[in-house]
Amino acid sequence: MSANPARIASAVFTYGFVGLMAFLSVFPFIWMALGATNSSIDIIKGRLVPGEVLATNIANFFTLVNVPLVFWNSAKVTIFATVLTLAVSSLAGYGFEIFRSRRREGLYRAMLLTLMIPFAALMIPLFIMMGKMGLINTHIAVVLPTIGSAFIVFYFRQSTKAFPSELRDAAKVDGLKEWQIFLYIYVPVMRSTYAAAFIIVFMTAWNNYLWPLIVLQSNETKTITLVISSLASAYYPDYGVVMVGTFLATLPTLTVFFFMQRQFVQGMLGSVK
Amino acid sequence: MALARRGGIGRYYDVNGWLFVAPALGLIALFMVYPILWSLWMSFQSGRGMMMKFAGFGNLVRLWNDPVFLKALTNTMTYFVVQVPIMILLALILASLLNNPRLVGRGFFRTAIFLPCVTSLVAYSVLFKGMFAPDGIVNSTLQAIGIIASPIPWLTNPFWAKTLVIIAITWRWTGYNMIFYLAALQNIDKSIYEVARIDGVPAWARFTHITIPLLKPVILFTTVISTIGTLQLFDEVYNLTEGKGGPSNATLTLSLYIYNLTFRFMPNFGYAATVSYVIVILVALLAFLQFFLAREREK
Repeated sequence: MSANPARIASAVFTYGFVGLMAFLSVFPFIWMALGATNSSIDIIKGRLVPGEVLATNIANFFTLVNVPLVFWNSAKVTIFATVLTLAVSSLAGYGFEIFRSRRREGLYRAMLLTLMIPFAALMIPLFIMMGKMGLINTHIAVVLPTIGSAFIVFYFRQSTKAFPSELRDAAKVDGLKEWQIFLYIYVPVMRSTYAAAFIIVFMTAWNNYLWPLIVLQSNETKTITLVISSLASAYYPDYGVVMVGTFLATLPTLTVFFFMQRQFVQGMLGSVK
Repeated sequence: MALARRGGIGRYYDVNGWLFVAPALGLIALFMVYPILWSLWMSFQSGRGMMMKFAGFGNLVRLWNDPVFLKALTNTMTYFVVQVPIMILLALILASLLNNPRLVGRGFFRTAIFLPCVTSLVAYSVLFKGMFAPDGIVNSTLQAIGIIASPIPWLTNPFWAKTLVIIAITWRWTGYNMIFYLAALQNIDKSIYEVARIDGVPAWARFTHITIPLLKPVILFTTVISTIGTLQLFDEVYNLTEGKGGPSNATLTLSLYIYNLTFRFMPNFGYAATVSYVIVILVALLAFLQFFLAREREK
């Protein structure tokens, strides 16, 4: 393993390139964290050292925004969306495997086809539907259309192929009903699949923007993403306050990501196989 | 025949299967299939708000003569044509470099590079808007290094505003695509690379002749997903350019135009539905094209 020039050049290129990309990926986060401690003018000027006004920015953010309410709104929407999506999709993922009907694959393909429908094509009918049901400005309207997710069903079905059928057969010999097998055997065995799906659905729900923007019209129902967007679109946005806001808004997904990074990557792997 | 087949144990499974898949399929039918069909019906109607009249192909004629629509369509296709290939190639290169087990600190690099995909589209759009402000940190850094003489008008010049949108979505999604490639690369037998290395195949040739062909199904998957994503672009342009779609509609996308037609201007659901069907058709066409190209190369 002698150090020849070509090898050194390729190492320099690799580390240089990967290092630069890593820096560019992380930089906005650093800028955000530092920004939260600086005044609006300093942020725009590009001051990259910690400032002294973190407390002021936080105080201003709390005056401008009803933080507990906004976080509660986001949490409510996210928790309902996540729990319901996981329940409904894992049932279907399991169902498609035990389903013996000849219509099974046809139905499954038709369902996958809906992945190609862009949301923009749905939002007007959905908005009218919610209006007719009297759900405009409610969190139910935000969650309802997101529960039936073809992508998560697809993900659960892919992972269910790894579920040992011997377990199912043994349970059936013991006289367990199908729903008991699902609840007492499938769910515990598929823990890591649930974990990965949890991360994906949680992040999507927490970060959702366009649909909440349409259905949530009063300040009492708005989620954190909507509030950040309106703070930043002010004529003279206070960037210090905006940074505190984006930081707080990113914190839950960032935390989930760091604690469950392994499952997240495995989840992606599961959907590729 | 059919009756015989549906008796006994088969029937038992059938009922259970249906019960398990019914909630998901019911919700998808109610909130995806039904609205998309309704949308199609609406696109043949015209009028303000709820006062709709049958308009035949009137909306299509209007579409054809609508310069704002043509602009939104051109912009969306520009994002697609420029951004998707850049991002896919970048993600592929990063994944194959970070798959090297001898790379020191690859865990750190991986985490760093896919960190952007945990942020919300809104949060990072807001950050980018600040970073790329006329006197913001990007301009001042570029000036300090001496790359540019005067600040780039990122948000006010049509060309640079488009460039900014492309930079922003590349930042957000490259790491996301990279995860898929990394996952797929881990399923490739490492001895293939070892043999190639011993035979003296250079790194670039290993990348083009081994990595890319083996990853083709995943590349197809990510391109289709990216295509759908790009054609739906909304959050970023809305937040980077304050909902207006940029200087003289330079960053306006089809989704943003539909939003404007429905909730910003005098609502015209019929026309907005027609524009939304353009996206449906584009997604279907491009996805079909990508599948077709992938199959052709296989021969």
